[in-house]
Amino acid sequence: MAEHTPAPEQLIQVDYRPPAKSWMDARVEFRKGTFCYSAGAKSLAYLDFPNPREWQPFDQDWKLPPDWQAIILKGMKERLDRFRSFRLFMDICVRCGACADKCHFYLGSGDPKNMPVVRAELLRSVYRRYFTTAGRLFGRLAGARDLTEDVLKEWFYYFYQCTECRRCSVFCPYGIDTAEVTMIGRELLNLVGCNINWVMEPAANCFRTGNHLGVQPHGFKDSIEFAVDELEELTGIRVDAPINRKGAEILFVVPSADYFGTPHYFTLLGYLMLFHEIGLDYTFSAFASEGGNFGLFASHELIKRLNAKIYAEAKRLGVKWILGGECGHMWRVLHQYMDTMNGPADFLEPPVSPTTGTRFDNAASTKMVHICEFTADLIRHGKLKLDPSRNDHWNVTFHDSCNPVRAMGLLEEPRYIIRSVCRTFHEMPENTIREQTFCCGSGSGLGTDENLEMRLRGGFPRANAVKHVHDQHGVNLLACICAIDKATLPPLLEYWVPGVEVAGIHELVGNALVMAGERPRTTDLRGDPLHVPQKEELAHA
Amino acid sequence: MNALYAFIAVSALIAVGWIGGTEGSTRPVFAVLVPGVAILLFLAGLAFRVVRWAALPVPFRIPTTAGQQRSLPWIKASRLDNPSTTLGVIGRMALEILLFRSLFRNTRAQLRRGPRLLHGENKYLWLGALAFHWSFLVIFLRHLRFFMEPVPGFANALASVDGFFQVGVPPLYVTDLVVLAALGYLLARRLKDAQVRYFSLFTDYFALWLLIGLAGSGVLMRYFTRQDVVAIKQLAMGLVTFSPVVPASVSALFFVHLFLLSALLAYFPFSKLVHMAGVFLTPTRNLANNNRMKRHVNPWDYPVKVHTYEEWEDEFRDKLKAAGLPLERA
Repeated sequence: MAEHTPAPEQLIQVDYRPPAKSWMDARVEFRKGTFCYSAGAKSLAYLDFPNPREWQPFDQDWKLPPDWQAIILKGMKERLDRFRSFRLFMDICVRCGACADKCHFYLGSGDPKNMPVVRAELLRSVYRRYFTTAGRLFGRLAGARDLTEDVLKEWFYYFYQCTECRRCSVFCPYGIDTAEVTMIGRELLNLVGCNINWVMEPAANCFRTGNHLGVQPHGFKDSIEFAVDELEELTGIRVDAPINRKGAEILFVVPSADYFGTPHYFTLLGYLMLFHEIGLDYTFSAFASEGGNFGLFASHELIKRLNAKIYAEAKRLGVKWILGGECGHMWRVLHQYMDTMNGPADFLEPPVSPTTGTRFDNAASTKMVHICEFTADLIRHGKLKLDPSRNDHWNVTFHDSCNPVRAMGLLEEPRYIIRSVCRTFHEMPENTIREQTFCCGSGSGLGTDENLEMRLRGGFPRANAVKHVHDQHGVNLLACICAIDKATLPPLLEYWVPGVEVAGIHELVGNALVMAGERPRTTDLRGDPLHVPQKEELAHA
Repeated sequence: MNALYAFIAVSALIAVGWIGGTEGSTRPVFAVLVPGVAILLFLAGLAFRVVRWAALPVPFRIPTTAGQQRSLPWIKASRLDNPSTTLGVIGRMALEILLFRSLFRNTRAQLRRGPRLLHGENKYLWLGALAFHWSFLVIFLRHLRFFMEPVPGFANALASVDGFFQVGVPPLYVTDLVVLAALGYLLARRLKDAQVRYFSLFTDYFALWLLIGLAGSGVLMRYFTRQDVVAIKQLAMGLVTFSPVVPASVSALFFVHLFLLSALLAYFPFSKLVHMAGVFLTPTRNLANNNRMKRHVNPWDYPVKVHTYEEWEDEFRDKLKAAGLPLERA
């Protein structure tokens, strides 16, 4: 934990009473721990983004271009004409406030501008002032305000204090989606060079090397081979993990954290074991070595630019279809944007599981299947030999990641897998799971250390629900299917609910998977000893 | 403050309606010209808004999915909260528009000691909103008896159901009570709930006061004063048949009612009240989640600068070679 971070008891002294001052004329204070640092000039220049320069949000002078207002207003006009969503969401909000206490950042901070309605009003007030008659004529009375530098700074602060999780959108009677508003808001900020490093550097890396971490092809190969070696030690079996192999049936794409982060890495081991066991004809790609897409947190154009490599690589390698690993926002892009942006994928075939023969009709056009859909189908058809007792040291709950739920609807597949590979599973309270799930608080590029206090605040509702099942049922493992979750939930839980670990679902699959010819396992994939039933427990059984 | 300003604004409208309706010289203006212009503004304005929204592209298919997707045949999909077919979308939209499905999910968060964050049920907003919208619709339909001759059967039927309890003379319409109670709740909520008050704008209160004035003046006319209903119907029929008449026996109170209605109609398309039309077009609700089954086309799609495999291979050639990874061009 960073030294500035207050203790949990202090942090949770949240006052939900809004200030008397009108939201229309407040100024933002950039307090350490509650915002992200600016994007480095190098990354912006590499990606041809405007106004690369050295600056920080807490500087007085943001070194904006002289005509920054005109740039923003022109950008707004373009987007109002390109996105029905944007104009409609600017027009029809009635400020009923159903969204207000649905935002994890509001619940954890009490900052009233984190109520989704107000976050959108920050932009809406400018829309009214420059794009509606009432706003031009009546100004503040019509909820309109001038676009000043203070307003721009407020946009920056609050549009980088939204994880685009879409929880508020579930509750809105008109389906107003703050993710959409934030995405457009960030696009506008990008036009004048106001972006954060945690988004732009990974994006620049990804554009260059093929993945966010900037891992070059030989490093990628080393990581995968390291995993293969480690698996051999754990199981006595040497699996094959081909890279850039032409003619494979399936291209497998994972978020790069899977081969470089912990606990992601154990999920990677799970994939490798699974593919070996069913004899899957697949390949990784060092060029498309990233399924995640930080373009989603910058602009629609950047989504397309980064995402293009997946279909391009599938075509070059001549695969039949694509399989995707565990990741949240990656799947929003793959499910809702990829086919539109970089399709049609007419050079691929509708996905069919080579093991079960199941045709994934739900992916007939995009030709990309989620690993949980794939594995659930394998288990359903009895193709895997599983020993769930090898997960007995885990008492599991499942965290629905925002995007697979609210931009896809992947609810039952992961649960089915968990129930098949674990024997103890408890759901968190119903208003905190499924379509009402709470974000980890660090999504959409906000998972950086300088932003830790805000992340702990935003993650509080999720952590608090975990605490409930930890206290009630002794849950000690939070399973999830998102790379950002796996990176940011461990410090979050350590802070709010110590004693709960985080794991990907395919780590649990790997633990339970009985491989042909494996040597008896004494540890799980983490190298921790397996739970051996004590005499007393056996007597009770 | 916004609430007070809005109250003053609506009070001023009431005064204008009263004076305009009382003064002989301005009566025709308030009986014919003002409502006529208001109706025109309403129709033209609403049409303009809807056509403009509808003409805008929907570049991406972005439904908010609130249930299980359709994937494997043995997993039960949530057909209404996460529809994958047009029929499902129609169902989802019908639930949204007729029953306010999303608002029904509403919860209220409370931070208790522990700390424990609770998300309790909270259906009041849903109930208040539903009560207001439905009773307003019934009242609107009941009013057709003033605008149509012969009176359509459903308007009479609706009136008799609405007056089912047969209390008082003239019989009390339940919707008159409900609409005022619901509006009162919505206003009180805006004023009392500090969070909602924080982001409430002038226009939010203005719409509420205007509707309260409209419903209140109607109730006053029906239950507390004597009105020349025949004359009122003459006036109303005159308006819709483009042969205006201005009967002398119509009261000032009626003119207040008519003027507030005119204000509402004229204001409607240029305010948040257009949500009535906008809700039909919202892309997070009215699109099927069949994203991976059927390609969605972006009409303004354009080519972007990408980093091609060839460029990548050139940049990392030595490293690829050293790692023994296959190359396109050796």
